[in-house]
Amino acid sequence: MSADPRWGEALGHLPDYLGNHLRVSVTALALGLLISLPLALIARNKPVLRGALLGFASVVQTVPGLALLALFYPLLLALAALSLTWLGFSFSAFGFLPAVLALALYSMLPVLRNTITGLQGVDPAILEAAQGVGMTSRQSLFMVELPLALPVMMAGIRTAAVWVIGTATLSTPIGQTSLGNYIFAGLQTQNWVFVLFGCFAAAALALVVDQLLALLETGIRTRSRMRAALGGIGVLALVAATLVPSLARTQSTTIVGAKTFTEQYVLAALMAQRLRAAGLAASSREGLGSNVIFAALASNDIDVYVDYSGTLWANQFHRTDVKPRQELLADLKATLARQKITLLGELGFENAYALVMPKKRAEALGIRSIADLASRAGTMSIAGDYEFFSRPEWAGLQQAYGLAFRAQRQMQPDFMYAAVASAEVDVIAGYTSDGLIAKYDLVVLEDSKHAIPPYDAIVLTSPKRGQDQVFHAALAPLLGRIDIATMREANLRASGNDAGSSPDAVANWLWEKIGRR
Amino acid sequence: MSAVPLIAYQHVGKSFDGGRVKAVDDVTLEVGEGEFLAIVGGSGSGKTTLLRLANRLIEADGGSIRVEGEDVRAVDPIRLRRRIGYVFQSGGLFPHISVAHNIGITPKLLGTPAEEISSRVDELLDLVRLDRNQHRDRFPHELSGGQRQRVGVARALAAKPRIVLMDEPFGALDPLTRDALGDDFRALHKKLGLTTIMITHDMTEAVLLADRVAVMRAGRLLAEGTPADLAKSNDPYVGELLGTPRRQAERLAELLPKDGAA
Repeated sequence: MSADPRWGEALGHLPDYLGNHLRVSVTALALGLLISLPLALIARNKPVLRGALLGFASVVQTVPGLALLALFYPLLLALAALSLTWLGFSFSAFGFLPAVLALALYSMLPVLRNTITGLQGVDPAILEAAQGVGMTSRQSLFMVELPLALPVMMAGIRTAAVWVIGTATLSTPIGQTSLGNYIFAGLQTQNWVFVLFGCFAAAALALVVDQLLALLETGIRTRSRMRAALGGIGVLALVAATLVPSLARTQSTTIVGAKTFTEQYVLAALMAQRLRAAGLAASSREGLGSNVIFAALASNDIDVYVDYSGTLWANQFHRTDVKPRQELLADLKATLARQKITLLGELGFENAYALVMPKKRAEALGIRSIADLASRAGTMSIAGDYEFFSRPEWAGLQQAYGLAFRAQRQMQPDFMYAAVASAEVDVIAGYTSDGLIAKYDLVVLEDSKHAIPPYDAIVLTSPKRGQDQVFHAALAPLLGRIDIATMREANLRASGNDAGSSPDAVANWLWEKIGRR
Repeated sequence: MSAVPLIAYQHVGKSFDGGRVKAVDDVTLEVGEGEFLAIVGGSGSGKTTLLRLANRLIEADGGSIRVEGEDVRAVDPIRLRRRIGYVFQSGGLFPHISVAHNIGITPKLLGTPAEEISSRVDELLDLVRLDRNQHRDRFPHELSGGQRQRVGVARALAAKPRIVLMDEPFGALDPLTRDALGDDFRALHKKLGLTTIMITHDMTEAVLLADRVAVMRAGRLLAEGTPADLAKSNDPYVGELLGTPRRQAERLAELLPKDGAA
């Protein structure tokens, strides 16, 4: 295990990931405290306001962390656009800012609740005594009430700190580098070393921060200067660490984006390698959400990524008509150009939805196309990923071929190939470039009526790179060179669980293979 | 009673719950300089409310209250409280600060220099008969009930007030401690020339410690005067209250004969 180079690779990312994780967590927590503490003080003696605040914070808490983070991105994009028109300046709605705001909001409930509870828990006789000895209400608050409420308040702050550090791993899909990069990349490429490394690093960070805050709190409470000083120095050191820009964070000029699945990690690694080979500094932002990545490109937060024509067509531009492949690409290119985004070209393969079944079974039944399948569908079951059955492709397929299956099931994409290979289900809605199609000896059924729109893999570059000839030239050798069989094999390699399966290693292999032709 | 009353209540009223509960009902009462007045009454008689009106922990609805000749409504309540000592029912000490800091709190609020507070604290610890070295840096939870109440008294005296208000100060103590503390405070009252109002539900304590006793019931002042004056009162409730110490005295005289003569 110690010989596994992936541990070394994981360790190499640590300064960057941990530094960014710490920076976003500490900033969010500080902002959360800055908002929550005064609010709690104002609201403590006002039952209506108190109820409203705690209610609001509780509702925020029920929003899943990932959704909360994702919601802040479009919100800030809109704000940035408004600020540009009204105030003449814009800001990046990508990464740090939405992550900090969402996490700060997330930290509010425990801080608000515990501060209010702590202050309300102070014995009324003590409050009376504070008044009786001649304290103003301000003196009573700072000399008596807050010190007495401190243990309960600190418990809330510690809870908030642990929540924020844990939830910050989910800020990867909105473009904030964090320890979540390990987890998202690891889950997609089945790199369990990365997943474990990310989980342990986040847990260790949460524990350290929690213990430092505990030390600070007991130090103050038991008047132990030693403990308070140690805890205080520790907390200050963490805060200082977030202010010093991480050494590992190179001021890279180009950023390659990747969505959250294996193929994207491999292609991003491949593009980054090509850019570096051309002498450009390149880094990658991986694990970006589908809804975030296009907007990030349009606003120059990333420089290049690979998308799929059908995805942009249906999801980004909300088109419901299906056009022949070349027409669709031309239309797309013109539409993108209006947003100053360059469609550099196609890579040469499609990653489309497709109906897939075991090759032997298809041959035995004489099924070659979806039309052949339609007559037998009534006795068959089909499985798809979580979104397939609510997508327009499925409606289109049903309509075009009159498909009606006996049963349909939803499945984790990684498992459906094995399920169809073992006859657990008869047909699956798979992805054409998936390496598992070859591995399990499956066959893609022909869509002769073109009910499923084309999903050509296309390279998109940001408005900022529109005229950058060096940049375009570095990526040009990839265009039209990756056929479906090659991509399937690359994806299969990347889904392995060994040293050769890292996106970088697979990208190397891929370059050698297409470079040789 | 001396010529100038240090505390004077005139037709004072206070009601709670929008007028439904009359806690203090048209009370007129004067306390002269150097006097020790005990206010006796059962729970809900309004005695604590009456006490708190004096330093504006509670604001009166009607009538006037004068402290050291000034109408309290014209005085900033914070400054008023800092110049009047107040002893709370079970000490009311701040649990998170030491004995010394508890005692020194009012001088600190007044901006007295730290060294001055420190020597004042030692002086006060001597005054309430607590060992300086042993008790200075302790915390309230490390003290016995009697010690806590001694600290409470020291805190009330820290800013050298002329007036001390005490809200059932010895009520929660065991009889021996209570007796010792009562005597010690009585001595302090005399030595420092204080003017003291003490609230109690115990007529025996009132009779033994105070120069004058006021009896309250349902917000009204029923009677006031020296114990001897009260003994002459025709009010049945006052008689009932005085019955307890009388019976105790008789019974004690029977049980503890002096000179061997029963």
